[in-house]
Amino acid sequence: MPADETSSRAWHEIVRDTLKAHDVRLVTYVPDNVLRPLIEAIHADPFFTAFTATREEEAVGIVSGAWMGGMRGIVLMQTSGFATLPNVLASLPVPFQIPVLMMVSERGTLGEFNIGQAMVARTMRPALDSLGMEHHTLTRLDEVEFIVDRSIRQAVATQQPVCWILSPLLTGGKVFAK
Amino acid sequence: MSATMSNANHPLTRDQAKVMSRFDLISRMVRKLHKDEAVIGGIGYTNFDLWAAGRRPQNFYMLGSMGLAAPIALGVAIAQPDRRVIGLEGDGSILMQLGSLATIATRAQKNLVIIILDNGAYQITGGQATATRAGTDIVAMSRGAGIAQSFWAAEEGHFEELIDRAIAEDGPWLIGCRIDTAGPKETTERDPAQIRDRFMRGLGVKK
Repeated sequence: MPADETSSRAWHEIVRDTLKAHDVRLVTYVPDNVLRPLIEAIHADPFFTAFTATREEEAVGIVSGAWMGGMRGIVLMQTSGFATLPNVLASLPVPFQIPVLMMVSERGTLGEFNIGQAMVARTMRPALDSLGMEHHTLTRLDEVEFIVDRSIRQAVATQQPVCWILSPLLTGGKVFAK
Repeated sequence: MSATMSNANHPLTRDQAKVMSRFDLISRMVRKLHKDEAVIGGIGYTNFDLWAAGRRPQNFYMLGSMGLAAPIALGVAIAQPDRRVIGLEGDGSILMQLGSLATIATRAQKNLVIIILDNGAYQITGGQATATRAGTDIVAMSRGAGIAQSFWAAEEGHFEELIDRAIAEDGPWLIGCRIDTAGPKETTERDPAQIRDRFMRGLGVKK
């Protein structure tokens, strides 16, 4: 896709469109402020079945079940929510070979104001690496479509989960509320 | 229809339900499945006795991820709205993921049935007490979460009546069963990729 066409869309519009292009219909999430425009764009489009889960691991269970039933899905969450997931990732999508898609809004870096967020964020990439999971940090608008498109293809073809981390470099992140 | 069934506004409490056999109840359930209903078996002896009750390609046997039988069943039910999906879970497991009952109620998932086998114990780890032994009532919590059709099975015949209704009438349903602490009949084979592949073929997703 030409650069000018890509750059006319915001990151969340590119993600929404790329999910649709790959028939990813089910979206379960625990809300986050940075994810809000993506969540709103998804709810505004009847193509998607979208709803909140009470915990991130519950959402991974729902999307895993849906995949086995023939429906593709994604889990949206924040960094602190990802930190609750290593057990379910190690016991469900990774060993059962289920391509759960995950998108994490990155807190804890580049201007974080909550020490707990900063500390838990440091566990995310080591956890992904130690589980041998494919993950990519999205920092540039002109790379979003290529990375999301290619890694959905890879997840499905190799039957393995994938995680995208939305950097504040892409989204602006969350700044201190006065 | 029994008296207990016709009086939905005054359901049984946990104390009033008969303590039954896990393997017998799972076997009774499996015998009633004639439409390729999907069954998600939660971890522990629940799963082992589902395995022992007869392998079906529409059964999914979990290996870990305690508490996720109901969420996995919900996912299958969303993907295949024309198929009845049953999540089979223990008391210790559902206590870890009570929020999933609220999610199921909010979704109003018509083709979903959750069965809770409650022996008041974390049995596979040595029989330590769960909260239900002290009186926590999972069926009452399920009703509180918004699953109106949540019932204790009074005894085996009532359990079969509830299963008949739950696989024929709109859900979501939750059926609570008090069970004893007998050991499982067999142990589930631990081959996750094969379990998942058989299940997807059983659901017609893979040919």
